Amino acid sequence: MKGYILKRLFYMIPTLFGASILIFFLYSLVPGNFIDADPNLTAERKAELYELHGYNEPVFIRYFIWLGNLLKGDLGYSLQFQLPVGEVIGNYIWSSFIVALASLILTWVIAILIGIMSAVRQYSLFDTLITVVVFAAMATPSFFLGLIVIKIFAVDLGWLPAGGMIATGSNLTGWEYIKDVAEHMVLPVLVLTMLGIGGLTRYFRTNMLEVIKQDFIRTARAKGLKERVVIFKHGLRNALLPAITLFSFELPALFGGAIITEQIFNWPGIGAVYMQAFSIRDYPLLMGFTIFIALITVMSNLLADIFYGIADPRVRVRK
Amino acid sequence: MENSAIIIKKIKKPTKTSLWGQVIRRLLKMKMPLLGLAFLLFIFMFSFIGPFFSPYINLGVNPTNINQPPSLEHWLGTDKLGRDVLTRLMLAGRISLLVGLGAMIMSVTIGGLLGIISGFYRGIVDQIFMRIADVLMTLPGLPLLFIMAAILSEWKVPTEYRIYIVMLMLSIVGWPGLARLVRSQILSLSERQFMQATEALGLRDVRKLFKHLLPNIIPLLIVSGTLSVGGAILSESTLSFFGLGVVPPDASWGNMITSANSLIDFQKRPWLWIPPGLAIFFTVISINLLGDGLRDAIDPNMKRR
Repeated sequence: MKGYILKRLFYMIPTLFGASILIFFLYSLVPGNFIDADPNLTAERKAELYELHGYNEPVFIRYFIWLGNLLKGDLGYSLQFQLPVGEVIGNYIWSSFIVALASLILTWVIAILIGIMSAVRQYSLFDTLITVVVFAAMATPSFFLGLIVIKIFAVDLGWLPAGGMIATGSNLTGWEYIKDVAEHMVLPVLVLTMLGIGGLTRYFRTNMLEVIKQDFIRTARAKGLKERVVIFKHGLRNALLPAITLFSFELPALFGGAIITEQIFNWPGIGAVYMQAFSIRDYPLLMGFTIFIALITVMSNLLADIFYGIADPRVRVRK
Repeated sequence: MENSAIIIKKIKKPTKTSLWGQVIRRLLKMKMPLLGLAFLLFIFMFSFIGPFFSPYINLGVNPTNINQPPSLEHWLGTDKLGRDVLTRLMLAGRISLLVGLGAMIMSVTIGGLLGIISGFYRGIVDQIFMRIADVLMTLPGLPLLFIMAAILSEWKVPTEYRIYIVMLMLSIVGWPGLARLVRSQILSLSERQFMQATEALGLRDVRKLFKHLLPNIIPLLIVSGTLSVGGAILSESTLSFFGLGVVPPDASWGNMITSANSLIDFQKRPWLWIPPGLAIFFTVISINLLGDGLRDAIDPNMKRR
């Protein structure tokens, strides 16, 4: 196992290296930069800033400077926030994280329950209905769903705030503050849950269908166990096992922010910051954040494989 | 119209082989995929033939008739320039469907080709292609699309070429997954006895690839191709909504929803942005239903993927 993990860790290096090249050169292809975008600067100041940020160097030298800093753990300095990129990410990532975590928990709990129920009653009316809902969830553009939800719940019914993280101008503390944030969280979480639930429900349904056809389920029934025990104790455990892998793949989403949803709901998370940085060409922030996500993605892929190896030892042997 | 013909041809291929005959027979028994197919035919006719029946085909700007709610003359009302929303919806459909199909064809071609080559020749070629795919899959798709779109919009690509560029961008993001799928399929096919037989017969590589391997991955390509059209339409609409995909005056379903960004249009004029949203929704749902049905019809055991 140890050798396997080490080997996989070693394989991560070229991937991340490739990602860093791609990220850097893609961003350096985008014309315009933060300095040019600011109309208030004089020509001399611009030249100074060019010198300061090293824009006068050839592109590939700038790449190696950036990479060198990256290896030292320095993601760069955000021009827009006038703060180190790592700090900016640290400031905004948690508001993204709470939304992502809430919707992750909701999505998984609902998807497991619905998936199992529709598998147990395959081809029933409930199953058909769920299939339709699942397909609907997978066919809705996220921004459109967000707009519809705002229109219904915030504009027409007026039940919930349309956007932001706290009510404008409020300076609540303690429980009041938490309640305010929670209220603002409801709609983004709802949208993310609705978007995520489709694929996962389908996954659990097919998994469960596979499991309940197996002999040990028949044995459990033949022993005279209650159907509930058969399904939730004997069946669910085996249907959940392969899902560990899937769970690891959710990690990037947990930290990466939901760009579109945050944008639509004006949620001050890392996704919205990314979009903002994008429109004013704050490259250090954009590059730092993208490589950060790439790192998390690679790590979660590794984690998925390790978990899978633990859950199903046959996989490792075959490799 | 010729694009819908491609889809139909794929399904109704003459029953040369019993495989396709069986596929059609199985497909005809399924209700939902047929429903999806029917809606797709409708939306294609709606988008490609529909505008010819519209009295507002030239989409003249009509300043005296702006922001009208739906009425008998304008079934879906008019927009801020006085253009008929229904006609615009049809014309936008052309672009959205073309982008979806174009992106699918490109990513299936690139992904299929690189996947076949990687799986067949293995070794260093395989390593190179798969590492590139790894890198592309490591980066989050949406930011990648945004960056590419920004580069292109700064290069001042003329608007009439933009839809092709959007197709290309979507296929760059789309091919790695497909290439991996095809590669693993080719790897497992290569272990089969019929491939050992081609080896024993001393067939040339070209013959092995095109006569023996390709026919076996066509079902996979058709299914993932069909499903990827839906994804491409969704991505295009997202890009266009943020002003980075198809840009005005060309209409796409995504950029029509942009009008929801204005508070007044959003609250008081839902006819501007709800119809294109529903059009995307029903089109993608139909594509997915059809793709899912095709998968079950072609190989009932493939379902798990």
